[in-house]
Amino acid sequence: MSLKKVYENQPKDFVFTETNLKLAEEILKKYPNKNKKSAVMPFLYLAQKQNNNWIPLAAIKYIGKYLSMPYIRVYEIATFYSMYNLAPVGKNFFQVCTTSPCLLRGAAKIVEVCKNKISKKENEVSKDGLFSWMEVECLGACVNAPVIQINDDYFEDLDEKSTTKIIESLQNNKPLKPGSFRGRKNTAPEKSYKISGDQNA
Amino acid sequence: MLKEENRIFKNLYNEFGWEIENAIKRNDWKNTNEIIKKGRDWIINEIKNSELRGRGGAGFSTGLKWSFAPKKVGSRPHYLVINADESEPGTCKDRDILRFEPQKLIEGCLIAGYAVNAHVCYIYIRGEYLKEGQRLQEAINQAYEKKFLGKNAANSGWDFDIHIHYGAGAYICGEETALLESLEGNKGQPRLKPPFPALVGLYGSPTIVNNVETIAVVPTILKKGSDWFKSIGKPKNTGTKIFCISGNVNKPCNVEEEMGIPLKELIESYAGGVQGGWDNLQAVIPGGSSMPLLPKKICDTITMDFDSLIENKSGLGTAGIVVINKDQDILACMARIARFYKHESCGQCTPCREGSGWMWRILERARKGDATHSDINLLDDVTKQIEGHTICAFGEGSAWPVQGLLRHFRKEIDKRCSNDPLIKKKKDVPYLIDQHLLEKKNA
Repeated sequence: MSLKKVYENQPKDFVFTETNLKLAEEILKKYPNKNKKSAVMPFLYLAQKQNNNWIPLAAIKYIGKYLSMPYIRVYEIATFYSMYNLAPVGKNFFQVCTTSPCLLRGAAKIVEVCKNKISKKENEVSKDGLFSWMEVECLGACVNAPVIQINDDYFEDLDEKSTTKIIESLQNNKPLKPGSFRGRKNTAPEKSYKISGDQNA
Repeated sequence: MLKEENRIFKNLYNEFGWEIENAIKRNDWKNTNEIIKKGRDWIINEIKNSELRGRGGAGFSTGLKWSFAPKKVGSRPHYLVINADESEPGTCKDRDILRFEPQKLIEGCLIAGYAVNAHVCYIYIRGEYLKEGQRLQEAINQAYEKKFLGKNAANSGWDFDIHIHYGAGAYICGEETALLESLEGNKGQPRLKPPFPALVGLYGSPTIVNNVETIAVVPTILKKGSDWFKSIGKPKNTGTKIFCISGNVNKPCNVEEEMGIPLKELIESYAGGVQGGWDNLQAVIPGGSSMPLLPKKICDTITMDFDSLIENKSGLGTAGIVVINKDQDILACMARIARFYKHESCGQCTPCREGSGWMWRILERARKGDATHSDINLLDDVTKQIEGHTICAFGEGSAWPVQGLLRHFRKEIDKRCSNDPLIKKKKDVPYLIDQHLLEKKNA
């Protein structure tokens, strides 16, 4: 359970675009007719994607009406799950994993890079609107630690240098390929890798 | 060491391609309809005989679980639900199965679905694994094209559909009843058991919930025979398992090995050894963050299987091995794990909701050297108050790592917690408010 703040400047209206309406109908087909409520999580994702990666309260109301659910039931879901953003995030949303396996391999240093290059505080959109960052719990890519998730992609095996490079590449609008930044193949053991032996935790 | 011919997940690193054509070359979907035509009882008995234990953490017998599903379909349809909400720190095995061996999972779903009388299967993937989910969807579409799914799936006479449902970043949804709640469109808060999901599960219908790895090994067991599977590993701890070795090792990796392999051999031969050599080892978390850690002395000789780890007051869990060497501060590491549990507690039961934060605050104080003599006994007491007093196993999951720390590193902590009680020293340590929120106003 994480504390979330709802954004102050809320748009008045929200409706799904036509393509999203079609997608919504597709999603509803997955679940039994009696249990339309199941679609609330995919619907919130649709709304988030449509509205620059955050969910306005109007969208919560709209989804509640669409699925004939009380507003509060949708609201509690939007606040319970940590992946629904209730306030704007940067165009490139950095989610830095800092749970123990990543911490042991130097996630704290990557947080420092984000603090210096993006914004001092978590969840603060940088001045150009391009970036924001937050610490998240385990991303489930522990053997590729440390990991950052930028929007939908995983950037793995990072250190300070490669994180800086990623940020710069996004500033110059030439995004780097996601995946390992030590050139290894997925989760296979590396052939040669120099030990750093740092004190990270 | 596992022989190459006994390896189940041959494409764990995507060396041979994940597409269905390549998967078929690796013997996926071979004679699937013949297996199904042998009947439910044969399948369930064969899985029981193989002594396959669930790979999601609890280690419950899979065949036994399937046999709990009602034999005949009553007024409500049966469901099969696959738990791909892999969020245990230290674990990343299901991700590779979803990405690179999706056909093994899909074939397993069909067989398991038939065995428990389910026509519909939901795969619950954690929201962060969006790309993995898209890959799985592609694989499912390929299977539909080849008529391995849908009406009369794989020519077996059984209709079967698979749907993907994404979670949204809640660790607790890996608990099976919380997962079902989430799938129904509610907050992911676990249900009281009994009734167990096998009788009253998704939408009130009989539901079998299995981990990704469990289901993905089923087709191979049935093709090669349960006796083959039983011949690998140790009695009651049979077969192979994907181990995820992370933390302070030279070459962190995922690797499939047989159950009961010595921990030292696993780390030295696959992960390139501990950073700074084996003597530099401080502790190992053997099964994802909720299992108590083991000090070096035990790590020297321990074998990785369910029973021998339970003997040492730990557990195999998900087999996510986190190695911590002597350069690291063990207290900082465990305080971070406690923070993880504080963040992820669903808030339903008071002991866990309050206790997880309490444990984190004490450990954080201890890390900074602000704790008093009595804090450490208080910490021990808090873990005992949480354990066994919650609806789901999250309570144990958050209390056990701290108990493990106290069991094996008591001296270390005692040294740090040397402050006199507060009244004497007049030190201002806030007890009653959440320090986390004080430090970060925008948290």
